[in-house]
Amino acid sequence: MPHYEPWSEERARTVIEEFSHLEGPLMPMLHAVQETFGHVPDAIVPMLAEKLNVSRAEVHGVVTFYHDFRHEPAGRHVLKICRAEACQAAGGDALTAHAEHKLGCKLGETTADGRVTVEPIYCLGLCATAPSAMLDGKIVARLNERRLDALILEAQS
Amino acid sequence: MTLRIYVPKDACAIACGADEVVEAIQAAALARRQPVEIIRNGSRGMLWLEPLVEVVTPEGRIGYGPVGAEDVESLFAAGFQEGGAHALRIGKPEEHPFMAKQTRLTFARCGIIDPASYSDYRAHGGYKGLERALALGPVEIIEEVKKSGLRGRGGAGFPTAIKWKTVADAKADRKYIVCNADEGDSGTFADRMIMEGDPFELIEGMTIAGIAVGATKGYVYTRSEYPHAIWAMEKAIAAARAHGMLGVNIAGSQYSFDMEVRMGAGAYVCGEETALLDSLEGKRGTVRAKPPLPAHKGLFQKPTVINNVLSLTAVPHILADGGEFYANFGMGRSRGTMPIQIAGNIKYGGLFETAFGIPLGELINDIGGGTATGKPVKAAQVGGPLGAYVPTWQFDLPFDYEAFAAKDALIGHGGIVVFDEDADMKKMARFAMEFCSVESCGKCTPCRIGSTRGVELMDRIIAGERVEANLATLTDLCQTMKLGSLCALGGFTPYPVLSAMTHFPEEFGAPRRLEAAE
Ligand SMILES: Cc1cc2nc3c(=O)[nH]c(=O)nc-3n(C[C@H](O)[C@H](O)[C@H](O)COP(=O)(O)O)c2cc1C
Ligand code: SF4
Ligand code: FES
Repeated sequence: MPHYEPWSEERARTVIEEFSHLEGPLMPMLHAVQETFGHVPDAIVPMLAEKLNVSRAEVHGVVTFYHDFRHEPAGRHVLKICRAEACQAAGGDALTAHAEHKLGCKLGETTADGRVTVEPIYCLGLCATAPSAMLDGKIVARLNERRLDALILEAQS
Repeated sequence: MTLRIYVPKDACAIACGADEVVEAIQAAALARRQPVEIIRNGSRGMLWLEPLVEVVTPEGRIGYGPVGAEDVESLFAAGFQEGGAHALRIGKPEEHPFMAKQTRLTFARCGIIDPASYSDYRAHGGYKGLERALALGPVEIIEEVKKSGLRGRGGAGFPTAIKWKTVADAKADRKYIVCNADEGDSGTFADRMIMEGDPFELIEGMTIAGIAVGATKGYVYTRSEYPHAIWAMEKAIAAARAHGMLGVNIAGSQYSFDMEVRMGAGAYVCGEETALLDSLEGKRGTVRAKPPLPAHKGLFQKPTVINNVLSLTAVPHILADGGEFYANFGMGRSRGTMPIQIAGNIKYGGLFETAFGIPLGELINDIGGGTATGKPVKAAQVGGPLGAYVPTWQFDLPFDYEAFAAKDALIGHGGIVVFDEDADMKKMARFAMEFCSVESCGKCTPCRIGSTRGVELMDRIIAGERVEANLATLTDLCQTMKLGSLCALGGFTPYPVLSAMTHFPEEFGAPRRLEAAE
């Protein structure tokens, strides 16, 4: 399970400082912020704007453009199920429905107990051994109901 | 004697349990007091056999696959240490028919060498292309690439040498090489495989490009969905730097070039070259209007070569063996080899590098063995989410840019996604529109609004509401998107939609007339 730190402005400052020597540092900074705190908190926006000498609106625009950046913390575990064509061709639809049923929530939602967020992902590059999924960064291919159930169990633990 | 075993570190192998297999082998060897060295290679590309474990024997490497952790005890019991008989034994991987039929240039080393080892790369012909490039100098490097007939492997098939020449001729204090490793198309994984299995090849290709055009800095922009590829690239870049092959005065020459990896954040449109450049600069990934071309005003407004991974990894071979050698392969204006990716509902899915011209049906039925479910093939989507659905009666199509274009289809990045007879073409058409609406950068209306309208229309067609009228509106909408979109996301989404409608009209509840329109 990923471990995230509670928000701290001071910590955030050191996290973004690490990338300030790069050309075009905003994306690496946002990734690092999310890796540290589990999401991209609003409070980081003015800090980044000041650091990079751009408007807050500009930073906000970038954060909201990319599917990866979360505004809110996710559940304790994140299960991403591939919804792209190769996985659909290999029976991915039925597996997605199965996962939604087991977890009692739809793609894009978090279970009521806050344990699992389940999301769509569009291709993990594992299309020859489809269907595929990713649980907290661990990739799984040749998914079937049995393997999916094991993943869900792991996510619920 | 130490037993030497190869277990791929390729993401596909890992997703199929390769790490657990490594642990099981170590445990089984320890129990037998058998010293063992496990080398984490890339994948050979026979992905239905992953994890493909190879044991080094006096006769060569003997493969076993697909190996699960639970198979390891029985492998030891069967004497796989000496290449012993076992149900999973496939013999020498390079003699397997799937491998023997290929022409591997870009993927020649992938799966064979240790991707983390600079010396292994060298020992297998690595950096021969760069050595020759240093001897030739910029003008002649571009001449070799021109002779090779290399066209961009990212999708558009634009001649690489022309792009390079434009950047070489541009005057600027700073120029860039950007590698497009965003590989967002479903059914494609060649970029990922080469970054994980032979990362030095990409470094060498980008370095040669840098020398050719006078660029000193390179970026590999890849997807956040590819953490293993990022890891492998960063490790290789550090090793190349440590060996003086990146940085100031590479290989003791007058040229300097360095590079780094940058990660996207889950936006398909960032594979489009100008959106990618904006993303690298730390902006929203919106498509830029052209001109100016990236070759004139690219990254940070500087002249920039932007090429796909497979274009850049073809370059070391073109330099090492000469442009003419490379151009000898292929058909028509499609020269050289193409790493084709066979995926979806497929029995023997994997990476198949071959000269252009091979018929689509041969790839799917003979090489791929048909569907994994064993049901008849219905269609294949070639070229990712913007590619057409090709029905079985067009499977004689040769893999060639022009031949595909003549059928309103595209090769794209060389991905083939196979569907069996259970595929619901209405649903696939709807998905194409939905994907476009989710991934649209929002810059132009036909794409941003049109794709959402397309989803609504498909919902009505699927529900059986005023089908004929809605199909006519959908056809109109597709025309508008084709003509009015700034980039191929909005402009090509109509291809999967229209091809599904044209080839499978009965599924859309359409009258015969659509079929006749073909
Ligand atoms: C929506 C969209 C997505 C694209 N995705 C990719 C991609 O993932 N990888 C890639 O190399 N090219 C992609 N392209 C094509 C690039 O815009 C560009 O043509 C390519 O990077 C040029 O490199 P090449 O000449 O080596 O092919 C995409 C284009 C569009 C319109
Ligand atoms: S076609 Fe779509 S993705 Fe391309 S520029 Fe227009 S809105 Fe953006
Ligand atoms: S389509 Fe699911 S991994 Fe590529």
